[in-house]
Amino acid sequence: MHAEEKMTLEKWPASPEKQTLEGKNKFVGFWLFLGGETVLFASLFATYLALKDSVPNSDMPLAKDLFEIPLVFTMTMILLTSSLTSVYAMYHMKNFNFKKMQLWLVITVLLGLSFLGLEIYEFNHYVHEFGHTFTSSAFSSAFYTLVGFHGAHVAFGLAWILALVIRNNKRGLNLYNAPKFYIASLYWHFIDVVWVFIFTVVYLMGMVG
Amino acid sequence: MSTIAQKRGFGAVLWEYLTTVDHKKIAHLYLFAGGFFFILGGIEAMIIRIQLIKPNNDFVSAGLFNEMLTMHGTTMIFLAAMPLLLGFMNAIMPLQIGARDVAFPFLNSLGFWLFFFGGVFLNLSWFLGGAPDAGWTSYASLSLASEGHGIDFYVLGLQISGFGTLMGGINFLVTIINMRAPGMTYMRMPLFTWTTFVASSLILFAFPPLTVSIFMMMFDRLFGSNFFDASMGGNTIIWEHFFWIFGHPEVYILILPAFGIFSEIFAVFSRKRLFGYSSMVFATVLIGFLGFMVWAHHMFTTGLGPIANAIFAVATMAIAVPTGIKIFNWLFTLWGGSIKFTTPMLWGIGFIPSFLMGGVTGVMLGAAAADYQYHDTYFVVAHFHYVIVGGVVFSLFAATHYYWPKMFGTMLNEFLGKITFVLFFIGFHLTFFIQHFLGLWGMPRRIFTYLPGQGLDTGNFVSTIGAFLMAAGVIVILINIIMTSVKNEKVGNDPWGDGRTLEWAISSPPPFYNFKQLPLVRGLDAYWIEKMEGKKGMIPAEPLGDVHMPNNSFVPFVISLGLFIAAFGVMYQADEGNTWGIPVIILGLAITFGSMLARSLRDDHGYHIHKEDLMDDNDKGVKA
Repeated sequence: MHAEEKMTLEKWPASPEKQTLEGKNKFVGFWLFLGGETVLFASLFATYLALKDSVPNSDMPLAKDLFEIPLVFTMTMILLTSSLTSVYAMYHMKNFNFKKMQLWLVITVLLGLSFLGLEIYEFNHYVHEFGHTFTSSAFSSAFYTLVGFHGAHVAFGLAWILALVIRNNKRGLNLYNAPKFYIASLYWHFIDVVWVFIFTVVYLMGMVG
Repeated sequence: MSTIAQKRGFGAVLWEYLTTVDHKKIAHLYLFAGGFFFILGGIEAMIIRIQLIKPNNDFVSAGLFNEMLTMHGTTMIFLAAMPLLLGFMNAIMPLQIGARDVAFPFLNSLGFWLFFFGGVFLNLSWFLGGAPDAGWTSYASLSLASEGHGIDFYVLGLQISGFGTLMGGINFLVTIINMRAPGMTYMRMPLFTWTTFVASSLILFAFPPLTVSIFMMMFDRLFGSNFFDASMGGNTIIWEHFFWIFGHPEVYILILPAFGIFSEIFAVFSRKRLFGYSSMVFATVLIGFLGFMVWAHHMFTTGLGPIANAIFAVATMAIAVPTGIKIFNWLFTLWGGSIKFTTPMLWGIGFIPSFLMGGVTGVMLGAAAADYQYHDTYFVVAHFHYVIVGGVVFSLFAATHYYWPKMFGTMLNEFLGKITFVLFFIGFHLTFFIQHFLGLWGMPRRIFTYLPGQGLDTGNFVSTIGAFLMAAGVIVILINIIMTSVKNEKVGNDPWGDGRTLEWAISSPPPFYNFKQLPLVRGLDAYWIEKMEGKKGMIPAEPLGDVHMPNNSFVPFVISLGLFIAAFGVMYQADEGNTWGIPVIILGLAITFGSMLARSLRDDHGYHIHKEDLMDDNDKGVKA
């Protein structure tokens, strides 16, 4: 099948993301990329754990002083929901329902934006309430780097999905853009999984230990 | 260079290379850029050796010496050895698996330009206030204390070129997974393809820790964070761990493709199937796997404790087993073979004992208790030059002679090639063999001079003479390249006469679409099988049809240029009173992300070469 071919529901294959060689390559390549990203975040997690609560003087806030569960729990729920909405989007993509796919992608983006907004509020809160800045201690550097890398990934993912939604708005689905939507949603799930680990390792473990 | 290119004028050729997405042309770029940096790193090495030729020498100052040794190591590893290997992977691997290009031609070009701009950025440090001077490992306590912008050049330059390498790794993996010709199963892949595959997966998993540690170093030096600053709660050992979690796999990223190149050469010039093919594959994968388990053997004296040291010592020595399997397989390939002593084969024969010595000293260094004695002496310097020069650089010379006809359509002169080998081989052992003893006699590495009468004079003198012989060998190969390029005598598909793998079944250099019809692979050494049955070429696996090709693009160059510009902003914004740093960062990133967005908004479906045009190409002798 040709990538540029005009598609109908009848012709739409079961795995539209893997019909062309380009699609197959993107699919495998992106999974490998996520493997590399996993190592990247593993390194950041290791650094955070090594430097957790490592501050130059005892007046400085530690993890247990900083974190509040209601806020991060809300953020977690928002991001988890956005992962679900991107699954809906891919469900509609597989059924050649372009309008609904776009709708669910827009909802995903909105949820992602609200997550990012809360994260900015959270960082702002730590800086102004606790004087916990990027430069104040090794602990703060490691914290902002780990969570900030995740935040930057969220921001990049939002821009990416939004660009796809706007770019393809007029022309609908075909085998050329189906892999693009598919790997963007893979990326979004990956970000979500990383956040689950951040929620556990940084926030939950920060509260108890 | 094709004759068509020469007729098109310099500007057109330059534009072609700036925009190319063809893996064979990108290979040329890697070869020339990597070759340039190899010569640069070689000049730095010569300056080091001249400074050490006699005691109390003052050829360079102590500070400049530190810059020289840092840039020599960094340049040789990141900007010479790896790009040159990536060049050969690009040139040969897609041909070996019967593919028309790599999986992501655009990313391939982007990978090259990122490497190139990163390398240029790093080397601009010479002109902009001094090069990095904390050694190629750039340990945090030392590099945080280094004044000026030297270390910043190291950090930003390596970050940019590291992104490029990571892309190259993913690209090769996907190419090998998805784009093998019909019949090319994993266990029929030539060894060079296998080693490319394993080295690429090492790149994929080893570079992210480097990326992270370089980010942390950048934040510490330029943005006031405290990862490595003990007085702020930081920990300087974190850098060492990350650097070696990257750094140890890195040496396997270098040596595995070298093993692959020699495996090809031994089989071809012994005119025998590679002995123990499946155990070779197994050993390659096992070395790749174990390569991640041994990083702390670089840190035995850091004080991790006896248990950690013992575990890492045992893991390190375990690597000698698969490597030994390989050595014996090569020997058994030679055994009973009908050997031709061509230049590539000479490098191969020289490689086995040279690399073996590096491996033996590696096991010595791997014994943690003994390592306290060897640590940071010239013994270590001798060891890693035996594996990296005796292994990797030998393979690069071998591959240059072996694949030159496939890449450029003309043979390098065999006589001059053998002179290069003799000069370089003798020079290499003269330089580095004595360094084992200099180290055991107590000469520490990275010192800029030494006192007379300590028993180090003669050894250092001998070592420097050897370095001059190596330099002479390099000059001879350059003369060889220029001479044969001027003559430009065209060769056929299989100039060595004994090619076994698919790349020798198509013309030299191959047409831009590589295979008119994808070949049918019927076993290991696919082309050899057809030759043994009296056929001239491969059996096609598909009817003649349109060939889909990607369009050239200037965007990779622009994306890389954007990061190059942003790097200056990142570096200088930390200076006191600097106002233009932040705008330059924004400008650079805007260029990078803007061009990425532009690329993503514009559809690029590539184009098709039509069947009829392919049929007209018959006279080029490109069948299957």
